[in-house]
Amino acid sequence: MNPQRTAWLFLAPALVVLGVFFLLPVLAALVLSLTDYDLYALADIRNLRFVALGNYRELLQRPLFWSALGHTLYFVAVGVPLSMGASLGAAMLLNSPLARCKPFFRTALFAPVVTTVVATAVIWRYLFNTKYGMANYLLGLLDVHPVDWLGDPHWAMPTIIAFAAWKNFGYNMIIFLAGLQAIPPDLYEAARIDGASPWRQFVHITLPMLKPTMLMVGILTVSGYFQLFAEPYVMTEGGPLQSTVSVLYLMYDEGFKWWNLGSASAVAFLLFLIMFAVTVLMLKLSRRGDET
Amino acid sequence: MSCRARPWRHAWLVAIACCSALLGSCTQAPDNHELTFWTIGREGEAIVKLLPAFERAHPDVHVRVQQLPLTAAHQKLLTAFAGDSTPDLSQLGNTWLPELAALHALEPLQARVGRSRVIQPRDYFASIWATNVIDGTLYGVPWYVDTRLLFYRRDLLKAAGFDAPPRTWAQWRQQLAAMSDPAHHHYGILLPTNEYEQLMSLALQQDEPLLRDGGRYGNFESAGFKRALTFYVDTFRLQQAPAITNVEAGNPWTEFGRGVYAFYLSGPWNIGEFRSRLPASQQDDWATAPLPGPDGAGIGVAGGSSLVIFRRSQHKEAAWQLIEYLSQPAVQQQFYDLLGDMPPRRSSWAGGALRDDPKARAFREQLEHVRPTPAVPEWERIANEMQLVAAEAIAGRLTIDQAAAEMDRRADTILAKRRWVLDHGGHTEEPAR
Repeated sequence: MNPQRTAWLFLAPALVVLGVFFLLPVLAALVLSLTDYDLYALADIRNLRFVALGNYRELLQRPLFWSALGHTLYFVAVGVPLSMGASLGAAMLLNSPLARCKPFFRTALFAPVVTTVVATAVIWRYLFNTKYGMANYLLGLLDVHPVDWLGDPHWAMPTIIAFAAWKNFGYNMIIFLAGLQAIPPDLYEAARIDGASPWRQFVHITLPMLKPTMLMVGILTVSGYFQLFAEPYVMTEGGPLQSTVSVLYLMYDEGFKWWNLGSASAVAFLLFLIMFAVTVLMLKLSRRGDET
Repeated sequence: MSCRARPWRHAWLVAIACCSALLGSCTQAPDNHELTFWTIGREGEAIVKLLPAFERAHPDVHVRVQQLPLTAAHQKLLTAFAGDSTPDLSQLGNTWLPELAALHALEPLQARVGRSRVIQPRDYFASIWATNVIDGTLYGVPWYVDTRLLFYRRDLLKAAGFDAPPRTWAQWRQQLAAMSDPAHHHYGILLPTNEYEQLMSLALQQDEPLLRDGGRYGNFESAGFKRALTFYVDTFRLQQAPAITNVEAGNPWTEFGRGVYAFYLSGPWNIGEFRSRLPASQQDDWATAPLPGPDGAGIGVAGGSSLVIFRRSQHKEAAWQLIEYLSQPAVQQQFYDLLGDMPPRRSSWAGGALRDDPKARAFREQLEHVRPTPAVPEWERIANEMQLVAAEAIAGRLTIDQAAAEMDRRADTILAKRRWVLDHGGHTEEPAR
């Protein structure tokens, strides 16, 4: 048996799984996005029309798509730095030689990641209830007028961002912690001997050494945050005034609520293109950073 | 070349084998004497208590009840249809009935009703029965009914000098004004801005239909709908209702008990909720009243659920026996006692706990005058869009005229495919497969 053939044989199981469960559905979805598959087509396939790029054109003309995209970008642009900052901060605190009860804090900070979104969302909904919520009670102690967290279109997204950042930062924290522990201690020792301040140690040792970790965490977080769905689904149902409708939420509504699978597939492909472009851009930027 | 292509061919063979194995497991024949019955929401819990009597009378039939949560039911029904795994019979909300009828998923029932000694169409509330007739064909038998009307705090109204609940919009507006004190977080009424039933109830009181030309276009710019929308939006502009969603409203029952709201526009299940959630000392303070209309009270939406048999069922006769059993007035009264779901037959109201229940009387009055929603598959989506636009109007982003025009625009877009199907002699009449 020649080596090439053996290699293909070894690859075959993975290729089959990829082909059947990934490539085939993706191709089917691409074809679907070029048709107006809906309830009538489900009833009788003769009601199916080929619309070419009609779904895409319609979507790009739909204000709700653009506002959903805006909300998603807002969520990514604010949520990712916030969540990564919190992860890095928590990881540094846990990694500090001064920290006590490390296993306890590590578990406690990681706990939100492993609890279900629905359960935590119920708690957050009560915390941010306008009348009885703890958040407004604390603001009241500071004599700040109560905020309608989940009912005001301007506040709903920031609340969702805070919720998502709190829910997810523990996961990246663990990765950062591993990255921090992999930095050789002699680098810090040498810096201390040279009289570098903790801030300069952070900027010139920690950050550069963490760069590969940062890039991976950044890409994973960005692509995860682009797929915003569960948080608005359980916290606000897309409201108030559709101010928390994300692209994925729009897709869910189109496809699974109204059964317009054609236009839902088009939404999915547009989102894929956007995420693909953003990821490529991030990789390019980091590579350019390496060259300089 | 050939030796490279070969493993690929094997891969496809494996893939095909996997697929056929999966498909094979889907088409297993069900047990011959087992009847699959899907219920939606709380009905499943009560129905299991009614079934032993049925199974005693029909020892050859075993009923397997599957409870679907309301939020997932719509998806589950459509997926089941697409995947060829519909149950024998199901509970079905009457706004979903046109959708499944358009899919040819449901068995026409007229012949069976004609032969039946139990089910007498004339005993049913006329509008409720009519919601089960799509383009002249009967697809369901009403199981329980739902219409939205006013729950009100009798003691608060009396203290403000009103001896009776409002019958007209003018009286209602007057009472709402008297009961509202926004500075102290007291409002006349709670109208969650993400529920379309309230605005729809007001709109159905008008003479103009909500859709025109046989359900081809929206009719939201009619004078009647604008009148309803104006009344609805004014309630918020005058701060007689807080502009909040039901997510924020949280626990409206307790708030109603505290007097935060003097009115609550809702359905029959809340009789049970208020009875269990408010203390005994408050039970005489609240009552129900028919929904006030532009000129007189008592017109509302014809809602509720029906029992349907699926076309692909192998046990249609047994399913029909179960529907007949559940349609008996005595069983419907039992059902009301268990759950508070109101029966669709006048004779079921003539006895049992319902006859003398003062809280149910307003429902009985209104059920004679309810009106059905447009029987097009797209209605639920149109109603959702209607409410989204109405919420924009409540927030002051749109005027009444702009909002009505926007609702028409969205409805016309949603109905585009329906127009095409109707105009091109579409394939909706004959069975699909």
